[in-house]
Amino acid sequence: MKEDDVPQYAGSAYGGHKKLLYAVDDAGNYKAVESVGCEIEAHATYDAVAELRSRATEAWQRARRGDASPLEYHMYQRRMDVALLAQTAGFFRWRVRRHLAVSRFAALPESVLRRYADALGIDMAALRRLPDEP
Amino acid sequence: MTRALDSTGSLDARGAGAVSACARPATAEHEAGAFRHLHAAHCESGVMASMLGHYGLPVSEPMAFGLAAALAFAVVPFIKLSGLPLIAYRMPPRSVVRGLDKRLRLKMVYKRFRDEAEGMRVLDRRLAEGHLVGLQTSVYWLPYFPDDMRFHFNAHNLIVYGRRGDEYLISDPVFEAPVVCDRASLQRARFAKGALAAKGMLYYPTAVPESIDLPRLLKPALRANLRTMTGAPVPIIGIRGIRYLGRKLLRMERRRDRRTLERFLGHIVRMQEEIGTGGAGFRFLYASFLHESSKQLGDELLAQAATRMTDAGDTWRSFALAATRMCKRRGDMNVLELVELLHGCADREAEVWRLLRRFV
Repeated sequence: MKEDDVPQYAGSAYGGHKKLLYAVDDAGNYKAVESVGCEIEAHATYDAVAELRSRATEAWQRARRGDASPLEYHMYQRRMDVALLAQTAGFFRWRVRRHLAVSRFAALPESVLRRYADALGIDMAALRRLPDEP
Repeated sequence: MTRALDSTGSLDARGAGAVSACARPATAEHEAGAFRHLHAAHCESGVMASMLGHYGLPVSEPMAFGLAAALAFAVVPFIKLSGLPLIAYRMPPRSVVRGLDKRLRLKMVYKRFRDEAEGMRVLDRRLAEGHLVGLQTSVYWLPYFPDDMRFHFNAHNLIVYGRRGDEYLISDPVFEAPVVCDRASLQRARFAKGALAAKGMLYYPTAVPESIDLPRLLKPALRANLRTMTGAPVPIIGIRGIRYLGRKLLRMERRRDRRTLERFLGHIVRMQEEIGTGGAGFRFLYASFLHESSKQLGDELLAQAATRMTDAGDTWRSFALAATRMCKRRGDMNVLELVELLHGCADREAEVWRLLRRFV
């Protein structure tokens, strides 16, 4: 990659930060060049973020309809999935999956809820509640 | 000659005038002033280049990456990141640290912890002695990351160079400037669970040589990397891994599930562009290493290999560009073209190693 070809795409996901790349200058030497963003990367990143957001939004709608517990929403809101939440909270996956159901979640003891709250980094009250917007 | 970095107290007695890296003031406040942040393309090679520079061994990031023989390619179907296979463009986490440890005899100390509080105590103690500490962390729980970059990826690396009460002074090599992080978030980031979990991993060198004997070290490093790229016993690693990825795409196309294919392509690009270092960054990083070595040793073959490696990197970029274009424009999917590009990457990388085989 030539120094002039280093992407400088303003719409990046870097949040104003710069990334370093190695490129070739006119004399054929390699040098570190700062990049404010790369369009390809921005697309890939935004797609991934959009995918995560849509999972959270769908879970929020299910919870609102009463088809799922708030736990499912909070899990996706934290960009986790069942496997990661299970590992983080220290439960088997099948248990976490069961807790995504409304009735089972409502019946959970404090001790189990506490583990979920810790795993998700939110407080107990927030865990039980579904926010007004996804 | 190698300097020991063990006991700060006894070395302080040598006086502040000594050039030795150990003759540093023992307080973190001082340390914060003495430390110089290094902006790097990749977190792990950045951490090592920065750390070694701090302890008196100037080494560029590409040199750190190359001497550790950290270039690789692998598709790992049984490690999933958000449900998709891990695609790595370099050796597994901590390979740069371990590779340099071995070749430069840094006597690195590595620690993982069962007890989170103990993990924080050990970090604090080392910082209080005025030393740098390397950490492996999750990206998601680091509050200074832009929100759109926060994914559950557990193999990030950074340096802690000081502490102000509850705030840790952090040199994150992929950022242009030092950042700070509160204690609770740092602890969470260090002990996040999931694939590649860090388990609080911290590391630091206890002996740093004064110079690098490149003529002696280069061949083994190249040989090791040659083995990774061309001699792996399984077809998912090295140049065969690149071709395997191409076949995987063809299989997906036959199943005619466009959404899955698009998600997978997006995933490949993201693993390449973002978790990698931007634009097939590792290929350019390695090319830069080959170039620097060719300059130092006056070797034309290495310079040729560097140019070819840059070629390979550019082909990876073309692949990413084409894949993104196809995902964006409905109905424009041409998997064969993508597979061709992937085979182009494989061919170019094979050519690099054919050249380097003559050198080692």
